Amino acid sequence: MNNPVKSLRQTSERYKAMDGKDRRAFIVDTLLNNAIYIILIVFVIFTYTRNPNIISKSSIINIISLTASSLPMALGIGGCIVLTGTDLSAGRTVGLTAAISATLLQSLTTTNKFFTNLGEVPLLLVLLIALLVGGLVGLTNGFFVARFQLHPFIVTLATQLIVYGICLLYYMSHDNNGQSISGLSDTYKNAITGSVISKLTGGALVIPNYVIYAVIVLLIMWFIWNKTTFGKNMFAVGSNAEAANVSGVNVFFTTMMVHTLAGITYGYTGFIEAARIGSNTANTGLNYECDAIAACVIGGVSFVGGTGTIGGVVLGVFLLRIIFVGLNFLSVSGNMQYIIKGAIILLACSIDMRKYLTRK
Amino acid sequence: MAESDILLEMRDISKSFPGVKALDHAQLTVHRGTVHALMGENGAGKSTLMKCLFGIYYKDEGSVLLEGKEVNFKSSKEAMENGVAMVHQELNQALKRSVMDNLWLGRYPLTGGIMVNEKKMLEDTNAIFEELKIDVDPHQKMSELPVSKRQMVEIAKAVSYNSKIIVFDEPTSSLTEQEVEHLFWIIDMLRDRGCGIIYISHKMAEILRISDEVTVMRDGQWIATRPAAELDNNALIKLMVGRELSNQFPPKTNKPGEVLLEVEGLTGQYNQLKDVSFTARKGEIVGLAGLDGSGRTETLESIFGIATRHSGTIKLEGKEVSNKNSRQSLKAGFALLTEERRATGIFGIRDIKDNTVISSLKRHLKHGVWLSESSMRKDTQWGIDTLKTKTPSQETKIRALSGGNQQKVIFARWLLTDPKVLLLDEPTRGIDVGAKYEIYQLIIDQANAGTTVVMVSSEMAELLGVCDRIIVMSGGRVAGEVNASTTTQEEILTLAAKYV
Repeated sequence: MNNPVKSLRQTSERYKAMDGKDRRAFIVDTLLNNAIYIILIVFVIFTYTRNPNIISKSSIINIISLTASSLPMALGIGGCIVLTGTDLSAGRTVGLTAAISATLLQSLTTTNKFFTNLGEVPLLLVLLIALLVGGLVGLTNGFFVARFQLHPFIVTLATQLIVYGICLLYYMSHDNNGQSISGLSDTYKNAITGSVISKLTGGALVIPNYVIYAVIVLLIMWFIWNKTTFGKNMFAVGSNAEAANVSGVNVFFTTMMVHTLAGITYGYTGFIEAARIGSNTANTGLNYECDAIAACVIGGVSFVGGTGTIGGVVLGVFLLRIIFVGLNFLSVSGNMQYIIKGAIILLACSIDMRKYLTRK
Repeated sequence: MAESDILLEMRDISKSFPGVKALDHAQLTVHRGTVHALMGENGAGKSTLMKCLFGIYYKDEGSVLLEGKEVNFKSSKEAMENGVAMVHQELNQALKRSVMDNLWLGRYPLTGGIMVNEKKMLEDTNAIFEELKIDVDPHQKMSELPVSKRQMVEIAKAVSYNSKIIVFDEPTSSLTEQEVEHLFWIIDMLRDRGCGIIYISHKMAEILRISDEVTVMRDGQWIATRPAAELDNNALIKLMVGRELSNQFPPKTNKPGEVLLEVEGLTGQYNQLKDVSFTARKGEIVGLAGLDGSGRTETLESIFGIATRHSGTIKLEGKEVSNKNSRQSLKAGFALLTEERRATGIFGIRDIKDNTVISSLKRHLKHGVWLSESSMRKDTQWGIDTLKTKTPSQETKIRALSGGNQQKVIFARWLLTDPKVLLLDEPTRGIDVGAKYEIYQLIIDQANAGTTVVMVSSEMAELLGVCDRIIVMSGGRVAGEVNASTTTQEEILTLAAKYV
């Protein structure tokens, strides 16, 4: 691993050796390559001068919680982007798995119960079902991408529609007629949105439990990407699938597994979102993939393929969240927020691509 | 030669990249009506110099004079419009478009300023093809043409700009003997017309035959410019490497043992292979010779299982192996170094370490779950040290290395799988003389260690110098087998033409 102090010293020595023109180019390069972080710091300072509450304890916990809720999905999609693909089915898969989780975990006393005679279902079993359903969608995506060499954009566009259709039918079934599902059991809500940390700290830090789970998912994904054969193979396939095949990498299996793993993260997100939102409709999860893809790209998981880091994805998600929260603090209208979001994605991608262009 | 004969002069060109001085006061002077060969090992700065000429790179220092006037091209388009054209080694063509479209791309003749004048385009194309005796249908889709014809189209394009200077970068690497003759005929014609030709190649016989003057570069510096008539192979090598290479090939020390690999009746499902059979012994280096399209590459790919077999068996140490895909072949002890380094060899965006360990990840698994960083670093370092790969660090992206060093990394990748059979497809393509010698040594070392090597090469001298036995292929079949120490080039060429 690189020693930051040493590399800093090397950089400063290199800088001293440069002439005026090179120095200017070096400064411009450094500024542009870190533009995202500079913008972030400037933005936070600006927001703070207008509304100091953004750096309050509750606001920071809010930003962390929001980051934790969308991180696992971004990590899943990140893998697809490493393979130069994408996944548009993510949001709808979250919607379906949220619906399944919510209907299976309604409180026994609620009126309008979806499964009228269903007793108490163990939480872990429901989690497993959600992961399985999500994984199945991912497996389908992966199969069509790997077997028929279809572009993931097309495959996931199709599965997105299919999953949405299934989700709508599900909400119509059991005489539910498309009504929202609420009245979730207390054990479920407590497990997700309750706060063990709050109890431990005597109410000082009310960080919801799903933040802890997100950290666990993060660690698992870091391990998979960096420490396993599968991870190395994923980057190899993303970088050059032909060469990977010659080198003995099972390209078919790797592609399938990356999509399946992504699907599993959507299943997980569905399970968490159902409890986090409390009242679920067929539109739960809508457009989640947009934020996740944007976060990945901002975090340096390039569509060029074969590059990206877990740390980058975390930063990307965090950055996007902090900007949304900040815009709320600045009372920017929701309509305006879409425009700003789009502009940020364009800017981030342009800066990212700069690194891969041949320098003249 | 008189001053006024100077067409192009590049003076004191310098160019630095972070950490590397790619060009250090390089120079090049091309006279009217001459062929000027530009030689040097890989990484000597030939390509960089040309990129500075065409504005693909900005030069840091120096000046370029075209017919006495200073020029600074910003793009290859601008260069072409000023009569400086290049035939690239790696073809950049719009493969889904027709030959004609490609030829006039970016400067379609127009009717009324908006409509493309297809008729004039066709006439002009036919005129050029006739002049150059190129036999290609202007309407054909580019992707349907073999590489050699595509190269011819590229040459026609350069000529069509009425260029004063035409740069040929390794033009013969994908051409057959006849096509090379055709190319030389075109070059002669251009020379007679008064063009200045810059000819970049590693093939010394070609250079000595076609060129009038030779400029040699080494480490980004100009070394010498001499009339070709004063030079021979040894003098060229000496200039390029900076030392005397007493021999182009290392001594052959390997001793073939008993039969290790038996290939019987190999017939391709989707390619032209027909009933290919041969054997190879332990510690033997077997060459596969033949013309382009004779099935040499396909033979290796079929053995390695990345090309589908219709029938045929492969036996290793007397036992049949299935080799249905690269995983099975790898497990059985096969390794394949492919011909197209960039397309099927390197993972450009990943670093040296990832590129080295990808085929032998199993060695680094701890408890069957995670990969040990230190063990991967150790293997990578072994590869760098053993093959003398020139790289700043293990974390350097492989695409930043020169072709020869990239090849060494891929070599290391395969050696780390402990192969019993090493299949090599053009192992020295696009590699400079010094590195070639190292690769030959490596191949012989592997044979010495008991590995069976099957090697495809288009360079006859290389096959004769390194192999024990040469199998000559023709039209997808085995045309014959010769002993490398007693055969002649003529015998091999006769066999290669047997089923054409």
